[in-house]
Amino acid sequence: MNTIYALMDALLPFEWLHYTFMKNALLAILLITPLFGMLGTMAVDNKMAFFSDALGHSALTGIAIGVVLGVGSQMVSMLVFGILWAVLITFVKHNSKMSADTIISVFSSTSIALGLVILARGGAFAKYSSYLVGDVLSVTAGDLAGLLVTLLVTAVAWGMLFNPLLLTSVNAPLAQSRGVRAKLTEYAFTVIVAVAVMMSIRWVGVMLINSLLILPAAASRNVARNAAWYMRLSVLIALCCGVAGLVLSYYLNTSAGAAIVLCAAAAYFVTLPLRRK
Amino acid sequence: MNTVQSCPHKVPGTEGAPCRLCRIEVDNLSVTLGGQTLLRDVSLHIHCGELTALIGANGAGKTTLLRALLGQVEYKGTVRHLTADGRPAADIRTGYVPQQLEFDRSSPVTVMDFLACSLSRHAVFLGVGKKTRERAMTALARTHCEKLADRPLGALSGGELQRVLLALALTPQPDLLILDEPVSGVDQNGLETFYQTVDELKHRNHMAILLVSHDLDVVERYADRVVLMQGGVIKQGSPEVVFDSPEFEQVFYTRGGRA
Repeated sequence: MNTIYALMDALLPFEWLHYTFMKNALLAILLITPLFGMLGTMAVDNKMAFFSDALGHSALTGIAIGVVLGVGSQMVSMLVFGILWAVLITFVKHNSKMSADTIISVFSSTSIALGLVILARGGAFAKYSSYLVGDVLSVTAGDLAGLLVTLLVTAVAWGMLFNPLLLTSVNAPLAQSRGVRAKLTEYAFTVIVAVAVMMSIRWVGVMLINSLLILPAAASRNVARNAAWYMRLSVLIALCCGVAGLVLSYYLNTSAGAAIVLCAAAAYFVTLPLRRK
Repeated sequence: MNTVQSCPHKVPGTEGAPCRLCRIEVDNLSVTLGGQTLLRDVSLHIHCGELTALIGANGAGKTTLLRALLGQVEYKGTVRHLTADGRPAADIRTGYVPQQLEFDRSSPVTVMDFLACSLSRHAVFLGVGKKTRERAMTALARTHCEKLADRPLGALSGGELQRVLLALALTPQPDLLILDEPVSGVDQNGLETFYQTVDELKHRNHMAILLVSHDLDVVERYADRVVLMQGGVIKQGSPEVVFDSPEFEQVFYTRGGRA
């Protein structure tokens, strides 16, 4: 870790990078943003913006359960809860005649309310309010390792899932006729998104996590002309907005997560006129 | 009831190799979904080198039958794929052209991306490899739409999209080609081109083709066998036989005019 810090000092001799917490924050952003830029492309293509929003909210219940069970197992309980919740929403969506947005909304509200009820017991919610907006400045070296593993595992899974997901987003029966197990693919994708959300929620925050998933991909769509550039630009936009947002938040002395999302929103609006037709 | 028509058991142009699939025998196929019977006791034969058309009013179960044959809905009864000498045919390849594509037309996915993600395991976001590109171009050439390769999928006209989908359905070469209302919303020109291509495939490649269509003129001109459906099969045979039957009259004329 010290080698990396020394390297950063040598390569990036900026005032804002002087502090170790800023170095950690920058590294965290370099790990989190490509992850979301990548997953966002198919979340947008499969019309899952609302679904991922619900997943982000479910993190609140995950955190609450983690708090009840003790800090040591917090990450594990968040992950387990997130995955179960994602699978459950998808299952109900497939097996109910109700419209998807109603079902997602029901699950979303339930998890927010449940999380709030547990966390606000005894008026102690203020302690956890950082989960709402996230605090990337509190990332530790150990957290970075977890994020790195998440990014690497997701990137490998992504290599296998991208084609089936793309085909399914165009037409599910067609994908199935070509040997794609459409439902399995969808479940795998929701699980990956759930893991990414849970691993990053403490740094990005419940309120902002979905924007980080959707905005870079939406901005990339404005300019990309094929699938390869769609992915590349989405990751690139996410990365640039991540770094720009962090620097901005340092000088403006405000929330890093919010500044990052604001940069991504700016990227979307700036690229909007470049849309074809 | 099911006339077994002559099958040369040979695919023209392949030095007399027997065709892999000679006929599909569907026996007493029923589909029940959520307590509702969508299809009851469907029995029919689909033969190679023939175009079998499924006709009937909306909700008659045509698409459900296709989905059962594609293995996408559970059914009771048997579907047997047989070779010329009556043995089970192994590894039947099915090409499928879906009814209508309701997809996000603003997605930056080109025709090439779409074909590549179906033809190759190599993730499309890493770029389309040379070999995959060549395969995709060969596929597109079969339906004369090489020019569309780098166009966005969402910018294609109905007819262009159907030709791209047909190109994909033909790669790799299928034994059975399933077309679900393939030209709804396509202009007259596109429709002619499409069915001429399909007719060529039938003759040249000796493929079994199953078509769902509401366009009875097309069915009359191109189908070898017609299956009239209404929750099950109510009449089947040559186009003349089915079109002149009282069942046909009842389905298509009693509600005021040919559907």
